[in-house]
Amino acid sequence: MSAADFSTDVSAAPLGGRRIRLGDLLLQLVAGLAALASVVLVGLIVWKVIAGAWPSIDTFGLSFVWHIAWNPVLGHELYGAGSFLFGTAITSLLALALAAPLAIGIALYLTELSPRFLRGPVTALVETLAAIPSVVMGLWGILVLGPLLHDHVEPALHSALGFIPLFGEPSPSGSSIFTAVIVLAIMILPIVASITRELFLGVPRELREGALAMGTTRWEMIQGVVFPYARGGIAAALILGLGRAIGEAIAVTQVIGGGVFIHWSLFSTGDTLASKIAASYQGATTKIQVASLIYLGLILLVFSLLMNVAAQWIVRRVARRQGVGTNRGGLG
Amino acid sequence: MALHGITRADMAAVNLPRRKAVNRLMEGLTWLAAIVGVALLVIIVWSVARRAWGALNLDLFTKDQVLFAIGPVHQGLRNAFVGSLVLVGLATAMALPVGILIAIYLTEYARPWIRSSVSLVLDVLNGIPAIVVAIFVFGLFVVGHGQSGYAGAFALACLMLPLVARSVMEVLLLVPSSLREASLGLGVPRWRTVLAIVLPQAMGGIITGAVLAIARIAGETAPLLFTSSIVGTQISWDASHALQSIPVAIFELSESPDPADHSRAWAGAFVLLMFILLLSLSARWLAARSRRRISTSR
Repeated sequence: MSAADFSTDVSAAPLGGRRIRLGDLLLQLVAGLAALASVVLVGLIVWKVIAGAWPSIDTFGLSFVWHIAWNPVLGHELYGAGSFLFGTAITSLLALALAAPLAIGIALYLTELSPRFLRGPVTALVETLAAIPSVVMGLWGILVLGPLLHDHVEPALHSALGFIPLFGEPSPSGSSIFTAVIVLAIMILPIVASITRELFLGVPRELREGALAMGTTRWEMIQGVVFPYARGGIAAALILGLGRAIGEAIAVTQVIGGGVFIHWSLFSTGDTLASKIAASYQGATTKIQVASLIYLGLILLVFSLLMNVAAQWIVRRVARRQGVGTNRGGLG
Repeated sequence: MALHGITRADMAAVNLPRRKAVNRLMEGLTWLAAIVGVALLVIIVWSVARRAWGALNLDLFTKDQVLFAIGPVHQGLRNAFVGSLVLVGLATAMALPVGILIAIYLTEYARPWIRSSVSLVLDVLNGIPAIVVAIFVFGLFVVGHGQSGYAGAFALACLMLPLVARSVMEVLLLVPSSLREASLGLGVPRWRTVLAIVLPQAMGGIITGAVLAIARIAGETAPLLFTSSIVGTQISWDASHALQSIPVAIFELSESPDPADHSRAWAGAFVLLMFILLLSLSARWLAARSRRRISTSR
């Protein structure tokens, strides 16, 4: 009886074996193709954007990047990204400067100071801030924040600090670069906060306790142990936050007001690379104008690729050195 | 050495009040940061809810938008709700299976260097601005063929793919390898181990990841701007034409000078926000539940 069972098993094995290999081959092939597809997709994005921008690259060359011009008048068409590059740099850097200390403060609060019963809820609330869609942020920015800043904050700052060129005359419309900066800061705040929080959680407990046992105050422990340990990761988090701010199109388009010029006043209107694309794409008529808008997208794409690779490189290096996983490093 | 230690300690004792004051100041500042963070959320949600209140009525869900309305007309956003439903549904149908397959390949089959380089590609894809993805899909599908719901859904799927693949990967890595080994040891082929043992174990986490990804893309405007935005105001389930969506509707209404349009934008924003918050909360709940299950099964 048992011998018979055995023999059927053995005779079934080679037959089943072939089927086994087939199923494995199939799943591996299909799954592998999906993984390949993601790589192809990124390549396709790069290729399509370059191809779309080509007429403009061909006409204006590399000097398009710093040339300040956007003249869609037929026959006098002249395009350049200079002012948008400036707008992107000033909005995203200022937004990061506003958001970074706040985000790091929140992360410190959540990892070092918060009473246990508040930790979960506050973490959840801050992460919920990241879930607010950019179009809702923009709606709030244009109808609530913009008028508030324009009527109260901007005049006050202008009269008190008007000698600094950043705080010029408030623009007649409610839109301003300043509003865009604040909106962007709110949008990248939860991102930077949640990444730095994870980093701080990764600081080994014995290091903290060792410092505290030496008689440091909690702030001295943070300065001496937490910050140095998480330094690389914080840099990566800031780069990722900056990347988000640079790429944000919708909310910025809604609040920034538009315009092609470089000036230092935060209270006048302007445009970023992303907001210019979102605002003008629909109305673009000539081939060269569309291509120039795509050229703006290409600049944006190059930026985002560089910053992401840099951030990932830092994260991986830090994870390797410390041998502990932040969420991303653990998978790498 | 001991003397040195004593002097240091003495000096520290002298400075102690100052050190404590600095400490208290910095602690107070982190408290302040946390309060500002939470307050921002409360302020934004509150101001959306307050302004949405007047326009939150049955018309919003039962009436379509009216083009060039003259005078007070009963109109809603039904066409936009339906369009969003179709677009997000299609995007999920495209991104979810592919994302799960990518995760399976990377966790179960791929060699380490392939795994780490494809992970990097996924991170890069995740970092590409939505507006650039919109340009890409415009160039790929819209030029020559015109806008369509499919193009819009594909653009959304591009944004969704890395989110899904990433989160599913993380869950698959959480499934204890003892389960895989037990299954393989019993002679079950690898593909059946993956499909019948590993995936069901990870199902809770996969659903969580999918729900979070849906919450992320449901509010995306930029990818739809060039791919599915030139729309009529007729309600339509047909994705071969451009479909209106809630985010695009809010975007357009927010730039209108008419206060009635604004109030409908607020109402749309409120519904969108509640939908997204509900999804995030249930995902959080699901995650907590499945984490408990995995840890007990270990």
